[in-house]
Amino acid sequence: MTTFLLASAEKHDVNILRVPLDELFIGTVAFLLVFFALAKFAFPRISKTLDERADAIEGGIKRAQDSQDEATALLESYKAQLADARTEAAAIRNQAQAEKATIIEQAKSEAATAAAAVTERASASIEAERAQAVASLRRDVSDLALTLAGKVVGETLQDDAKARATVDRFIAELEAQAAK
Amino acid sequence: MNLATIATEDACHLNSGCGFPAPNAEIFFLEPYSLTLFGHHLLISKSIILALLVALIVITFFVAVSRSSKLVPSKLQSIGEQAYLFIRDQIAREVIGKEGDKFVPFLGSLFFFIWICNLMGVVPGAQFPVMSSLAFPVALTLMVYITYVYLGMKHQGPIKFFTNAAFPPGVPKAMYVLLTPLELLGLLVTRPVTQAIRLFANMFAGHLLITTFTVGAYYLLSPSIIGALGSATSFGVTVVLTGFEMFIQGLQAFIFTLLTAVYIGGSLHAEH
Repeated sequence: MTTFLLASAEKHDVNILRVPLDELFIGTVAFLLVFFALAKFAFPRISKTLDERADAIEGGIKRAQDSQDEATALLESYKAQLADARTEAAAIRNQAQAEKATIIEQAKSEAATAAAAVTERASASIEAERAQAVASLRRDVSDLALTLAGKVVGETLQDDAKARATVDRFIAELEAQAAK
Repeated sequence: MNLATIATEDACHLNSGCGFPAPNAEIFFLEPYSLTLFGHHLLISKSIILALLVALIVITFFVAVSRSSKLVPSKLQSIGEQAYLFIRDQIAREVIGKEGDKFVPFLGSLFFFIWICNLMGVVPGAQFPVMSSLAFPVALTLMVYITYVYLGMKHQGPIKFFTNAAFPPGVPKAMYVLLTPLELLGLLVTRPVTQAIRLFANMFAGHLLITTFTVGAYYLLSPSIIGALGSATSFGVTVVLTGFEMFIQGLQAFIFTLLTAVYIGGSLHAEH
């Protein structure tokens, strides 16, 4: 055994620090092959896929965020619109209240005015009718009295202005008496 | 000379009159495969075949996971993306910053090429860590070296890059007598040498350790109590060490890549 090892030791260069040129060359070539395959084909594709995936995930999150933002903005705008509408409604209601009061006031005063006018007109017409009735009554009474007196004295006093004046004076005295 | 010859041809066991055939550096110098290609007679070492196989595996994996990239990933695509994100977020962005994204392919190629090369140390059938042959760490380190020197000269200026490193700010002037040679040595010699040796030595030592215990398990296997117990223990240690070695393989690939990122980051911006 020992002799065999010695023999083979003599046969080979057993310097463990030797650098055979063929191994150096093949080592370089093998590494460069790996390097070019990885740098040109494998790693760019892997890197691209990783970027795309990150994009897809981040893009999804971003899209969801955008939708959320949009929904929030929409909600805010609806809320604002609702608040506006409420304010407007309240304003309209207040205005209506005010108008109602005004209208009622106006109607009341108009009604009062109209009522006053009607009353006045009625009393005027009553007065006129009364005056007319008094005049007509007076004439009728005077005619009756004349007719009665004529029958009594036997003479016609109808067309006599003097007689009429007498009767009128008489009636006036009666009225004065009645007024007392 | 390999394990098969140690173990089978000699049938060397405990109490069979032969000493423990401790594996030595010989196990890293396998008989090259003889191949005739286009009329040329070639001798191809196992590490070369494994390195090419690893390149094929890494390329196939990443092309496969990225070929039909979808927004909703398949399981395979998910694994590829995790691998990519590990390099981008844990190494490139963590060390270099946002502009580290440009270097993700370089860092990713380094990490996965080195890692799978290392893994070949425990993959049944292959069982040879490619990086235990110094030529491969040297090849990778040379590319890293060229990259960070080029980036430094491009971003800081062809001469500024070296003067910035040689005269770190905030140091008393007298200290430059000591510091300047050390800093230049560190930048131009120590960095690449240690980066290559660290990876190589870790893989070398791990492979040697696993081989020692594997051979030990076989050697101790004999009809005696010590032999049976020793063999079983040795085998158990081999299993544990293999698990540990897988951890180291990933760790060393990570450290190599991380240091590369640190060097690149240092070249992009002068130290403050």
